[in-house]
Amino acid sequence: MKKTLNLVLAGVTTLGLAFSAHAEDYITLASTTSTENSGLFDSILPKFKDATGIDVRVVAVGTGQAFEIARRGDADSLLVHDTAGEKRFVENGYATERADVMYNDFVLIGPADDPANISEAESAAEAFAAIAEAEAPFASRGDDSGTNRAELRLWENAGVKPDGDWYRELGSGMGQTLNTAAAMDAYVMSDRATWVAFENPQNLKLLFAGDESMFNQYGSLLLSEEKHPHLKHDLAKQWHHWLISEDGQQAIADFKVDGQQLFFPNAK
Amino acid sequence: MENNAFYVALSLLLNFDASLYQIVALSLQVSLLAVLIAAVLGFPLGAAVALWRFPGRGAVIVVLNALMGLPPVVAGLMVYLLLSRAGPLGEWGLLFTPGAMVIAQVVLVLPILAALSRQKVEEMLGEYREQFVSLGMSRARMMPTLLWDARFALLTVLLAGFGRASAEVGAVMMVGGNIDGVTRVMTTAIVLETGKGNLPLALGLGIVLLTLVMLINAAAYLLGELTRRRTG
Amino acid sequence: MTSLNAPRLASSALLSPPSLSFQGVTYSHEEKVLLGPCSFTLDGIGPTLVMGPNGAGKSLLLRLAHGLLSPSQGRVTWSGDRKPRQAMVFQQPVLLRRSAVANLIHALAVNNVPRRERGKLAFDALDRFGLSACARTPARVLSGGQQQRLALARAWVLSPQVLFLDEPTSALDPAAIKAVEAAVREFHQRGTRIVMTTHDIHQARRLAGDVLFLSGGKVREHTSADAFFNAPVSREAQAFVAGELVE
Repeated sequence: MKKTLNLVLAGVTTLGLAFSAHAEDYITLASTTSTENSGLFDSILPKFKDATGIDVRVVAVGTGQAFEIARRGDADSLLVHDTAGEKRFVENGYATERADVMYNDFVLIGPADDPANISEAESAAEAFAAIAEAEAPFASRGDDSGTNRAELRLWENAGVKPDGDWYRELGSGMGQTLNTAAAMDAYVMSDRATWVAFENPQNLKLLFAGDESMFNQYGSLLLSEEKHPHLKHDLAKQWHHWLISEDGQQAIADFKVDGQQLFFPNAK
Repeated sequence: MENNAFYVALSLLLNFDASLYQIVALSLQVSLLAVLIAAVLGFPLGAAVALWRFPGRGAVIVVLNALMGLPPVVAGLMVYLLLSRAGPLGEWGLLFTPGAMVIAQVVLVLPILAALSRQKVEEMLGEYREQFVSLGMSRARMMPTLLWDARFALLTVLLAGFGRASAEVGAVMMVGGNIDGVTRVMTTAIVLETGKGNLPLALGLGIVLLTLVMLINAAAYLLGELTRRRTG
Repeated sequence: MTSLNAPRLASSALLSPPSLSFQGVTYSHEEKVLLGPCSFTLDGIGPTLVMGPNGAGKSLLLRLAHGLLSPSQGRVTWSGDRKPRQAMVFQQPVLLRRSAVANLIHALAVNNVPRRERGKLAFDALDRFGLSACARTPARVLSGGQQQRLALARAWVLSPQVLFLDEPTSALDPAAIKAVEAAVREFHQRGTRIVMTTHDIHQARRLAGDVLFLSGGKVREHTSADAFFNAPVSREAQAFVAGELVE
């Protein structure tokens, strides 16, 4: 009996040690699934760590949830892609500074036979309108993420209210939405990075890209010291400034999948 | 061949992939610690509800039984709001750490251990009650005797709890954040790989998880059988 | 008798045996009176055999006397300042899911016997009841007779002043019955007051000092064994002793 108790105590101690083994300098970064799923962080975080000794722990969620995490003071830094939302976040006093970091672009994916014929479209507005007109199945994230918000803006630009059986709101992350779209041969809008890194395309193909309205700007935010004094603002500042520094921008440009650059640094 | 999930699972295991072992180790640590804590709290709680009669006892039993079906993501949300900086326990700074994952899994597993041990102990109490009263035992004294005598049934209950803890993803995803190298466990890694469209790897990880859970169940079964034979 | 047990034996044997009184006791369940009203006093040295046909209320009476049940009306009282140390052996022994010796050690532990004395007391009792060889055997894989002897050994280590036995032999074969009856005599000789139910009139003849005869939930007769078996007074007891079917 005593022996058992000792064993249990030893086990608990070991577990406790295992959990505290990460006590070094780190910040928690709330970011989006697109950056995580594409492998960008795997590529640039080691470089940042080499430069500063700081670990960045990435919590990859939808942009809406990332804002919420930052608003509650649960992350030290924020890297998202919803410029309008980011500016509101600063106006509301949750962040003190916003900086452009990089962009990639959104692409329209669809079944290879392209029933709505969007590969012929001249503009994003035309392509979206064609999908609506053909009432071809379209898989939407439907999760208030940055991609979802951008998609809704693009429908608006096309003068279409996406509605009806053909428009499926999935409430899922980018990868899951791509999986579902592949399974039901639907059109879907994705960020290019996730699409290029995606390994289960089945019958899906990139059909339309390149319109400027489909550029996807990422911004880094410095969170308010006033609202959340407990955060690691010093470390977060180093991260923020590294991202927009020459080194950081170069690291972003150097990240390639299959020889293809996925994010384009554009800090000012 | 390399698209076959079993092949992927096998090569993951045979190549001693370091990050895989870290993920497996963290999964085990979090779930085992959660089950241990839940047992220390849940078994006496279940036994107490079996032993004592008090107003609202029926309600407690109904609530415990209902909480066995608590959706993991709801447990995760509750613990998230509790541990968030804006929440009551924000000061602890536990959010997005393995500690938060343990707490969330305790919330999930505790009702299972309490509700099922209540049932087992109550059954056993029906059989033992007269003898206990004859021996002059108080209810408090009955508790350890019943828990020990129900040990084989409780081992099964423990495994049910472990199964739930190691299989759930909603709670650990929400309070752990699936941070690479820090809070990434088997189930959240599977979600991530699914999101990347890397279905063979996701399924391979699933097979590894399943194998692990089976090994633990087999070990517990053998242990139970051996001691049962020795002590009845 | 072991030296460790000796002081306990002396203390329980030297005292006059405790006497038990039922005063207008009834026991009802869901409005139905199952026992009583009955009033009697068990004094003397016993053993008292509680007899009567099935359903007469023998087990109820024993449980009320032992305190497992509370009377619906009336009072159950003991002579002296406080309740005597008691134990009970059931028709179906209730044994813990542990080894034979662990069952005894558990009983000693809950009665606050110091830890270092428990082992010796337990093994001595197993020895006395012929169970030494199966000390480490799980109690629940013992034979019916062994289980009942273990239940008696468990009562033995507690050195009760009063021992209740509820049909302890009804499920046993003759050899096991003989062992149980020998154990009962041993308790009696040690000074333990025996109160035992049986429906076996031959067993009662072998063991009884006095007889409490019940039928239909009422006490029909309470006399010495001699008087009961040779000259029963009540019509029910006459019929019972004569071997007729009594309700």
